[in-house]
Amino acid sequence: MSGQVRKRLEIFFFVAPALVLFALFVVVPVVQAGRYSVYRWNGLGPMDNVVGLQNYVDALGDQVFTGAVMNNLTIIVLSILIQLPLGLLIALLLNREMKGRTALRVIIFVPYVLAEVVAGVIWLMLLQPRGPVDAIFDALGLGGLKQLWLGDPDIALYTVMFVLTWKYLGLAVILFLAGLQGVPPDLYEAAQIDGASWWQVQRKITIPLLGPTIRTWGFLSMIGSLQLFDMVWILTGGGPANSTMTMATYLINQGTNRSLYGYSSAVAVLVFVISLVLAAIYQGFVLRRDAQDTPRTKKVKR
Amino acid sequence: MTRNRAGSAVALTLSVALLAACSGGTADNGTDTGSDGEDVTLTWWHNSNAEPGQGYYEQVAADFEAENPGVTIEISALAHEDMLTRLNAAFQTGDTPDVYMERGGGELAAHVEAGLTKDISEGAADTVEKLGGTVAAWQVDGQTYALPFSFGLVGFWYNEALFEQAGISEAPETMDDLYAAVDALEAADIEPIAVGAGDGWPAAHYWYYLALRHCSEDVINNAVAERDFSDPCFVAAGESLQELIEAEPFNTGFLATPAQEGPTSASGLLATGQVAMELAGHWEPGVMQGLTEDGEGLGEDTGWFTFPAVEGGEGDQSAALGGGDAWAVSEGSPDVAVDFVEYLLSDEVQIGFAENDMGLPTNPAANDAVSDPALADLLAIRDEAPYVQLYFDTLFGENIGGAMNDEIVLLFSGSTTPQGIVDAMQAAADQEG
Repeated sequence: MSGQVRKRLEIFFFVAPALVLFALFVVVPVVQAGRYSVYRWNGLGPMDNVVGLQNYVDALGDQVFTGAVMNNLTIIVLSILIQLPLGLLIALLLNREMKGRTALRVIIFVPYVLAEVVAGVIWLMLLQPRGPVDAIFDALGLGGLKQLWLGDPDIALYTVMFVLTWKYLGLAVILFLAGLQGVPPDLYEAAQIDGASWWQVQRKITIPLLGPTIRTWGFLSMIGSLQLFDMVWILTGGGPANSTMTMATYLINQGTNRSLYGYSSAVAVLVFVISLVLAAIYQGFVLRRDAQDTPRTKKVKR
Repeated sequence: MTRNRAGSAVALTLSVALLAACSGGTADNGTDTGSDGEDVTLTWWHNSNAEPGQGYYEQVAADFEAENPGVTIEISALAHEDMLTRLNAAFQTGDTPDVYMERGGGELAAHVEAGLTKDISEGAADTVEKLGGTVAAWQVDGQTYALPFSFGLVGFWYNEALFEQAGISEAPETMDDLYAAVDALEAADIEPIAVGAGDGWPAAHYWYYLALRHCSEDVINNAVAERDFSDPCFVAAGESLQELIEAEPFNTGFLATPAQEGPTSASGLLATGQVAMELAGHWEPGVMQGLTEDGEGLGEDTGWFTFPAVEGGEGDQSAALGGGDAWAVSEGSPDVAVDFVEYLLSDEVQIGFAENDMGLPTNPAANDAVSDPALADLLAIRDEAPYVQLYFDTLFGENIGGAMNDEIVLLFSGSTTPQGIVDAMQAAADQEG
């Protein structure tokens, strides 16, 4: 009995500080945002103008906000569609014995190590009209393909997407490479003895066994896309003409720049709900397979 | 002197009471050093964080301390953006510095409504009278809340050498002249105008000026007071702007161009001779100097002309758009802070301010002391203008101003209409209720 009490005390002692911090810096702000979101409040003075759910109605009716949500969804889909095949291909290539493999791995991973702001500023300078990127197009005789990379509302989102791919491909490759180390070598040997080609081995053995890694990466990628702020803020600030606005840049725009703290709290709650729903769906439909996989493989082993 | 002491004694009592009421009070004073005076510490935030301004303000504070024994001034010289961020946080926590900068208009009105800014109509009555009409932008309901120390104008800065190269002999006076200049520059293969639409407000300044040209002063004042933008002149302003945008006089990729950061910003393009002109405020020569390697900006080639007249416009064709910075005192700060602000606007301090080219002084006594020729010219134009309209975004406050600027940028990108701008402003205004 006293052992039990002692154990409980120990648990309380070790968990309490973390719980207090979590409550103070996560739970309380979320609840506060919920409270602010029913007021019309400019951040100064007392909150006394209750507007009920009007802020939510306004947010959902604002084309800039719905446009920002669509941009976030586009970025999620494009990230996965572009980075998954590309990342897999590079990981598979880098997993082979070859000269300079370590150097190549480092090069692929460097953009990810670079601070987001630094990478953003570098690309911002490269992509200026008449800047280095345009000069490269001219030198290659492709001057006709030049665009206003960051200044054209129809192009800017894809330019941002390109920079994001450049930045985050390294993470996908490193994760996939780590996953590849977990594929038992004897499976490869067996396949080779059976006369499978390199391509067949990858398709039938490597990629299926890489499943859990891919699904985890997909989750990280989705969360990252939902939170996307820094890169967009530096490259375009959400412009031109709101074409690269994300939910996070919209929040800063409305909250910090326009002092609509009540309204932006409502937006923050909406962003929270959207993220939660997407995360739950992914968890339910995709990651659940991994949770079920684990006992099944154990059975097979036995 | 006696008045000062009596004032600070009252202020001390007040601030002690305030400190007792909330531990995060602003005035960090209270130690009584005896019968002949009290120690008062004033905090002062300003944005002159480069020489000669920073050193000059240190000297000014030291002089004031010497004249007012017991007063200590704690200066924070901050970069402009840092100062705004810190002020925003300070307003929300109520922990504001004693003396700080206000830009007037709707922003100030919001601070006044929240009880953050001290009414200095009485305390600084003499200075208010001396500054005259300039103070109007810092008045709410007839009471004065800050004293402007610099007030400048927006107009076209241009490169005289490039104008000459394109065969333009005279600065444009009407919109037709401007269109002719644009054509001449394009014929000479020079990009006519740089605009930092990426930052919003530089693009919005075009609309503000066109509204000044299209709308009479009464209409504007009424629209501001009633928050009603239904007068057709506002749509007409948008239509004139749309016409200008459709003539494509702006630099390549202007939608993503920042106002003044780096060589590819609108100011940078003008400073490096890549475009011929830019609509900007009185700060432009200083910004351009910072963006060129020799620190000269456009140097001898710097020219300035006021926003062209619009034919058939109902507004005053020589009214100017501008804005400035003013010293405000936090509510609950000791009265000696008001004395300090008055001292900052004294002939002596403003003359030094002008001599150091830190801005366009508001105290007429300092007019002759402005040494920079470009600033001196502007000062003359400012004082001759029938009236100077405060930037609309500042005037309307962050919410309506932000909605307006965003929508004007959309007009630049071709995704809204002149009516759309008015609708967005009205929607934001109605939302505030």
